[in-house]
This record gives sequence, C-alpha cells and structure tokens, in this order.
Amino acid sequence: MNINTTKIISLLFFIFSVFYLYTAFNIQVFSFDENAPFNARTFPIYLGYAGMFFSGLKIILPEPNTIKIDHKNLEYKKTVILVLIATIYGATILKVGYFLTTSLFLASSYYALGERRWLLIFSLSFPFVAAFMYLLHGVLEIYLRDPFLKWIGVMG
Amino acid sequence: MDWSNGMIEGILIGLKTALTFQNILMVMIGCFFGTIIGMLPGLGPMTAIALMIPITYGFDPATGLILMAGVYYGAVFGGSTSSILLNAPGVPGTVATSFDGYPMAQQGKAGKALAIAAWSSFAGGTLASIYLLFLAPSLSKVSLSFRSPDYFALMILGLTAIAAFSSKGQFIKAMMMVVLGLMLASVGQDSLSDITRFTFNNMNLTDGISFVLVVMATFAMSEALTIILKRNDPSAVAKQVSLTELGSIKINKEERTKMLKAIPRNSVIGFLIGVLPGAGATIASFLAYGMERNFVSDEEKEKFGKGSVHGLTAPETANNAACSGAFVPLLTLGIPGSGTTAVMLGALLGFGIQPGPRLYITNPEIFWSVIMSMYIGMVILLILNLPLIPYIARILAVPKNYLIPLILFFSITGIYVMSFNNFDIYLMIGIAVVATFMRLYDFPMPPLILAFVLGGLMEENLRRSLLISNGSWDFLWVRPLTASILAMTILIVCWQIFKTLKKNKDKSI
Repeated sequence: MNINTTKIISLLFFIFSVFYLYTAFNIQVFSFDENAPFNARTFPIYLGYAGMFFSGLKIILPEPNTIKIDHKNLEYKKTVILVLIATIYGATILKVGYFLTTSLFLASSYYALGERRWLLIFSLSFPFVAAFMYLLHGVLEIYLRDPFLKWIGVMG
Repeated sequence: MDWSNGMIEGILIGLKTALTFQNILMVMIGCFFGTIIGMLPGLGPMTAIALMIPITYGFDPATGLILMAGVYYGAVFGGSTSSILLNAPGVPGTVATSFDGYPMAQQGKAGKALAIAAWSSFAGGTLASIYLLFLAPSLSKVSLSFRSPDYFALMILGLTAIAAFSSKGQFIKAMMMVVLGLMLASVGQDSLSDITRFTFNNMNLTDGISFVLVVMATFAMSEALTIILKRNDPSAVAKQVSLTELGSIKINKEERTKMLKAIPRNSVIGFLIGVLPGAGATIASFLAYGMERNFVSDEEKEKFGKGSVHGLTAPETANNAACSGAFVPLLTLGIPGSGTTAVMLGALLGFGIQPGPRLYITNPEIFWSVIMSMYIGMVILLILNLPLIPYIARILAVPKNYLIPLILFFSITGIYVMSFNNFDIYLMIGIAVVATFMRLYDFPMPPLILAFVLGGLMEENLRRSLLISNGSWDFLWVRPLTASILAMTILIVCWQIFKTLKKNKDKSI
C-alpha cells in the first residue's frame, strides 16, 4: 500500500470518527429514552460508523491520482503570520474594542503581506474601519461594544 | 382558475416588494459586488454570498435574500467575463464559456463575445425564471404530500449527488466531507430532548456551531489563506481585464439568428439540470455545450472551439438557467440543491424562516419577490455590467496585499457582530486552517456545507420515520416515492464506482 498525505489525512479522519463514535455512545440520555427507537445518540452513532466506513475505504483502496504538492513553493511563513495576527485580533477585540483592534489587524496584515507605503496602510485601516463601523453601528444599528472609544469619550 | 389567480396575485405581491427603492438598490449592489468577486479566480459565488450574510442582518428577509440572489447572478456573470477575456474562469460554471468565448476574444471580438454572453445569460435566466414561476407553486403543492421518509431519502440523494458532482473524481473524499459536515451539525443541544452532545462542557458550544461561522471559515477565510499559501494573485487577472480592448459590442443578424435557435433548448437543459440536487451550473454548461454541438450542422460543428456563436451561447444560457433552477428545490422543498443555495438556506434559517412547501403560503412576499428580483437582476446585469466591465476590472485590480486582509476582516467581523464572543473567532480560525490544508489535497468543501445545513433536518426526519415505523428501517422502501428516490441515490453511487474502476483500468493499460 502506497502511503501518501491523502491516506494520512484519511487515517486521522478514521481516528477522529472512532473518537466521535466513542463520545456518541457516551451521550447521556433520559432513562425512559434508553431503549427508544431513536434518541439523542442514534444519529451520531450512525455518523461515527459512516465516517469510519468512508475513511477506511480511502485508506484501503489504491490511490491512482496521488496529489503531489511542492512544499517549497508554498508560502507557509506569511500564512502562519496572518493566522497569528487573526488569533491576536480575536483575543483582544472584546477587551480593547472593535475600532482599535480591527484597524491594527488590517494595518499589520497589510505590512505582513509586504506593503510598506505607510500612508496607504494607514488610510486603508483607521479611516476605513471608522467608516465601516459607522455603517454597522450608525446606519444598520448593529451594536458594537468598544471599551477604547468609550475610554477616550467618543462612544457613550 | 384559482391557481392562475393565485399566481397573478403572487406576481403582484412579488413585484410590489421587489420594486421598492431599497430592494432595487440591493439587486444593483448584489449584481455589482457579485461581478467583482466572480471575476477573481478562486473566489466564487459562495464566498461572495458568505461575505454578504453579516450585512443582511439589519435587513428584512426578502431584502436579504434579494441581495444574495443578485450576488449569485453577478458572480456567474463575472466568471464569464474572465473566461472570455483571459481564458481564466472565475467560477467552474463558466469553464465551458471559455471554449469559444476566448478564441472569439483572440480574434479581436472581445466586446461581441461579452455581449453574446450577456444576452444569452439574460435570456437563459429570464426563461428559467418563467419556468420557475410556473413550476415552483405546482411543485410546492406536490411536495405537501411528501412525508418524513421521503424528505430523509431526498436529503440522502442531495448529499450523494453533490458529493458525486463536485468531487472531480474524488467521490470518497467528498463523502468524508459530507460526514464531517453532519458531525459538525450534531454539536450542541439535541433539538427534541435538549441533551447536549459533543460540547465537552464548553458553554460556547451549547447552541451548536453557527452556520455563518462554518461558511466563513471554509470559504471566505480558507480561500484567502489558500491564495496566500499558493502564491496566487487574483488581482493580476483583473489588471489584464482592465487593459483589454473590447471592440464593438454589436451583434449582427446572422449571429442573432443562431442565438435565437440555441437559447430556448439550452435554457430547458440548464433549468432541468439546476433543479437536480447536487448538479448545477458547471454540469449544465458542459452538457449544454456538448448537446449543442449535436444539434448544429456539420459546417457549424467545425467552428466549435474556434469562436462559435452556438458554442458560446449554449453554456452561457444553460449556466444562468441552472442558477434559477437551483432555487426550485430550495423554495419548494426547503432542501438546497447546491452549495450556494445551501448558504442561502442557512441565511434564511437565520432570519427565522423555514423554506419549504408552505413558504409561498406563509411568506408569499419572500417567495414571489425572490422570483421577481431575478428578472430585475438580469436586466441590471445587462444594462449596467456589460458597459461597465473595464471599469469594474479597474476597481478590482486591488493588490492581494489589500484584498486578503479585507476578506479576513469581513469574515471575522461577520462572526464578531453575530456573537460578540472570542471563542467563535478562535473556532473559525481553527476550522479555516484545517479547511485550507484539506483543500490542498482536493477535499471539496461544498458537500461539507450542504451536509452541515441539512444535518438538523436530516436527523429530525430520520427520527420521525424511525419512530413511526417502530425502529424498523423498512420505511425506506414501503412508500414507492421513498424507494424511487433511494434507487436514484444507488444509481449515482454505482455510477461513481463504475467510473472509478474504469479510470483505474485505463491507467493500468
């Protein structure tokens, strides 16, 4: 059997399905529902078996079209940096507020992707977010909590 | 008589809703925005619609759906533009358009090719909207006789079909994604007993995973990350479009005659394919191209692939007709037939509306205004987008250094304004990273989305069927309708097995 990344992903999916099935069997149901034809466990149990079946097939059957990816040509560094910036953005948005974190998220993402013109970076972050925030908060009346703007006295 | 009176009344309700200033504006914005996204290779209608969802929160359901329908048509039209001008289809449904559209553009007739594509799309979409107008209410009435086993079988058919048609020969991978989608949908409280499942004592998961979160993560965010990871540059395409000389957009009498012959038959083909669960614009356009070649004379056949009017008209008519056809199962059965309509179903459920056979009775303004807005969308695409293509392309030529952060920004903001919760943002990033990695190895995402949307409904219908039949699985073949739907599913699976075996045999030879 030829081992390739698709088969490794399928193996991981198989393990995940086994774990899902184990968890499905352990779902607590009401005692009067235990022997009912259908309870909260039934559908997940079928899904667990289905996941094991399809991933098992993928592992066992021969793979005529092996996908070859040239990892040297993939831009891992910038992708990981973008994911990290997005994660930091997610971690700070509630505490700091929408305006400042979103503007900094955009500015740092532009910079991470190679933009070095500060005027463009600035104008497509802070004023852009302010306009978008006005659209959401002011026009569409979607409430946006913003401790930073509250602290500097812009928002009530 | 009652039926026709009801339809006329419905059309008037639809026109009244669709022709308000706000809704016409929404169709225009939708078509414009959809054209922009559709032109960019890699970013399809699903991404465009997903990015629109947070904006529709502030609107009433009819307006929200009208906006999304406009985006859908615009994206298909935008995809045709890059197919014709650059041989770089923005969406899979317009690949067949490039077969004759690009050679025509190479001959200096880019403007003419775009005009033929626009008129064919307009005619295909309009005819299909008329078919929808007549078929949807009748099908709604028929579908009132559907019972839980039929719905369950229909969902199995839809999921199998989307796995078969969207998998590019990777049926098992697509079925794995279907199962993953259903597994994700099972997280949270059970709808009947309120028992929590797969939450691991995390309060944030009690209500389940949000549909918008999954769509944003697997499409918008993961597509943006894939563009960076693969070093693609979609804006380069837009730059080239903005520099292309279009030439005259006038269509002569001979070309018009050819179009008039091709449009009616291909609108029927496209519409019927669009109605089928899982099929859609891509299959419709390829099938129409192949069939049109059989309809024409030997002399015309020779021109196929070299700039034939028939070869360009057929796929363009069919792909737009298929877009309208895809609304039939959504509006009448509440079961989306494609990934794109699955996103729309998710958005409708978010508005608290359950599409289905009773939609046109309970919410006639939504049902009819969507159908009516399709006509308006077609007219807007024709009047506004065709002459504006070079200018739209100029707007589009935003470098990816700006485009990607903006897509990430819209995705994260969409989730944030929905839940005001950090956990959802982390979950979205996590799902997006996994989806990006799986995309690299050709695991298709549309089956996952359709399965995620249908998961709850599927469990509910299976529950009812099993309870009625006292735990026996014979409900699958007791009713002829259920048995026929399941037979179709088995046929699709057998066809996939046959195709795989044949391919393996050919390779070994």
